[in-house]
Amino acid sequence: MAAHEDDVEALVAEREYEAGFVTDLESDTVAPGLNEDVIRFISNKKNEPDWMLEWRLEAYRQWQQMKMPRWPHLHYPPIDFQKISYYSAPKSAKDKPKSLDEVDPKLLETYEKLGIPLREQEMLAGVEGAEYPTSGSNVAVDAVFDSVSVATTFKKKLHEAGVIFCSISEAIQEYPELVRKHLGTVVPRGDNFFAGLNSAVFTDGSFVYIPKGVKCPMELSTYFRINAENTGQFERTLIVAEAGSHVSYLEGCTAPQRDENQLHAAVVELVAEEDAEIKYSTVQNWYPGDENGKGGIYNFVTKRGDCRGDRSKISWTQVETGSAITWKYPSCVLNGDNSVGEFYSVAVTRGMQQADTGTKMIHVGKNTKSTIIAKGISAARGEQSYRGLVKILPSATNARNFTQCDSLLIGDKCGAHTFPYVESKNSTAKLEHEATTSKIGEDQMFYCQQRGLSEEDAVNLIVNGFCKDVFQELPMEFAVEAQKLLNVTLENAVG
Amino acid sequence: MISIKNLHAEVEGKPILRGIDLEIPDGEVHAIMGPNGSGKSTLASILAGREEYEVTEGSVTYKGKELLELDPDERACEGVFLGFQYPVEIPGVSNLYLLRAAVNARRKYHGEPEVDAVEFMQMVQEKIAHVGMSMDMVKRGVNEDFSGGEKKRNEIFQMLMLEPSLSVLDETDSGLDIDALKVVASGINRLRSPERSTILVTHYKRLLEHVVPDRVHVLYQGRIVRSGGPELADTLEEEGYANLETDEAAATS
Repeated sequence: MAAHEDDVEALVAEREYEAGFVTDLESDTVAPGLNEDVIRFISNKKNEPDWMLEWRLEAYRQWQQMKMPRWPHLHYPPIDFQKISYYSAPKSAKDKPKSLDEVDPKLLETYEKLGIPLREQEMLAGVEGAEYPTSGSNVAVDAVFDSVSVATTFKKKLHEAGVIFCSISEAIQEYPELVRKHLGTVVPRGDNFFAGLNSAVFTDGSFVYIPKGVKCPMELSTYFRINAENTGQFERTLIVAEAGSHVSYLEGCTAPQRDENQLHAAVVELVAEEDAEIKYSTVQNWYPGDENGKGGIYNFVTKRGDCRGDRSKISWTQVETGSAITWKYPSCVLNGDNSVGEFYSVAVTRGMQQADTGTKMIHVGKNTKSTIIAKGISAARGEQSYRGLVKILPSATNARNFTQCDSLLIGDKCGAHTFPYVESKNSTAKLEHEATTSKIGEDQMFYCQQRGLSEEDAVNLIVNGFCKDVFQELPMEFAVEAQKLLNVTLENAVG
Repeated sequence: MISIKNLHAEVEGKPILRGIDLEIPDGEVHAIMGPNGSGKSTLASILAGREEYEVTEGSVTYKGKELLELDPDERACEGVFLGFQYPVEIPGVSNLYLLRAAVNARRKYHGEPEVDAVEFMQMVQEKIAHVGMSMDMVKRGVNEDFSGGEKKRNEIFQMLMLEPSLSVLDETDSGLDIDALKVVASGINRLRSPERSTILVTHYKRLLEHVVPDRVHVLYQGRIVRSGGPELADTLEEEGYANLETDEAAATS
């Protein structure tokens, strides 16, 4: 059957070449290429209301006028956006490995070390036919729980609290007013090239709504979101916290995930009204490619939070260990007076990985406060840049920022770069910036080894110490997993 | 305990040790004295397995094993402890965390189960009292924001916790006030036993008034030029290292 599908696709591709684009509305996969018909196809597939389609089309029109950013400190071959398929149902097994035998053995080794059961390994590696029975979401804790019953219990509990937590597709159907009111208000369609693309073609993602005064009774994880399959490529997430509400959201998982789609461009928007608080934690571990970087994910993400109300707070915590290319700057716009923005980040690049990541803190309201703690670790031939902007507008009287970015180098073929930008238009602002770059100290290594620790354990100890300020911001279980992940990631990094 | 024979070593092609012979029996404390640049710290580092020194000749036998063939962590697990002249800081890693990892590494090496948490903390409580450190201090990052004296106390605390067979203390007495010196000395004396040996690398006689060595050796230009009982330290203190050049000539001939 797979062969048959291949033939059809090949035919479609050829016809496209001869006579322009052809879309088969009955098929589950659209041929590569992007135009208004493809967007109509996606919207139609999802049964979207007209306003949503119009919104997508407008995004597409804006995107066509935009250029890919060239400023990041990243090197990769040009991406041909007409060669990407923008809608494929998960059952398209064409590119999937048929069994674990076809999967990069290095990846399997990592699964082994993280203690992931076989069945889950297949799922994570994207082996053909390996799907969860009810949920397509990818988190490596499934072995512990019965996902169906847990998810159902959680849904009930959330419902009682008045919290909405569903896929964005479902939200567009069920809560169109809420989505329409907030979508694109934090990251506008024309914000940047990748956000524009995402707005036009996003396939799915999460929607969270916390009503006024409600403290979300549990940490929300993408894991417990039913009906979330195949959202990886162009994911769209919107979280709205009404006045006085409180939510902690977890995204990603520690096990490396493979995906047949190489290009990922997600958009995450957070809205925090008066006194509301949003904590957003990410562990990103997309497949980084083999030793030569082949097959790794390109991850171009726009994440932004709007501290819209006075005294609101948005906190980003991220542990980035995967992807071949990472381009990501979770940001806060501090509109409300006395609002607070935080960014805690650990990013690891090894092998051939490249990351250009950091944050933006835009101070608009009075007495706004932001904290940036960025820890970068580079090993092997990994290249990493911290890029951060702190902007104080004239209205932001008494704004304060503290920035600390530290880089740790392991070996002598890797690189760390820091690009801090500061723009202050208000003389009452107080800004502090600290930056360090250190090689993993031979003295530190020798000290630990002299006390009896193996080289491997010594590296882990030093690196975990280096990342401690960030790890302690993660929810407990996540922090433990993140630490373990880091240890596995940096294995054999020194040598 | 340890037997060093004709040890030659260089760093970046420059010879530092030029034929050291040293025998330290079980249970003895030997002091190694000498002026700056004589090779004292190099000797200590080589025994612990630091990589930047290249041993070009000679051998070191420790408890019947070829010490130079072991990795630094193996040496540590075999009971070799180096008290560092300049202990490093490891931010974000608590002293206790490192120590527990060290204790467990030893246990694993010898096929023993990991240390019980309660037992470990009891040990910590007992040992910090010996060196005048607080629980608060040992919970902080490894040597993080410690004063020079505190770092040295911490070295002795670690030594007491790990109970090594051979302690090599590299100028642990330097930069200490008299109170700290007494703490360090009592720590060393506490571990003195027929099964343990100690090498004290020092500039000054001061420490040797509190820890009376069995033997004193004088290192000069990469060789041991004189050896004697504890009284040799007094002689050196009075005469300085000025006469060593003649000794060196004597040793060469």
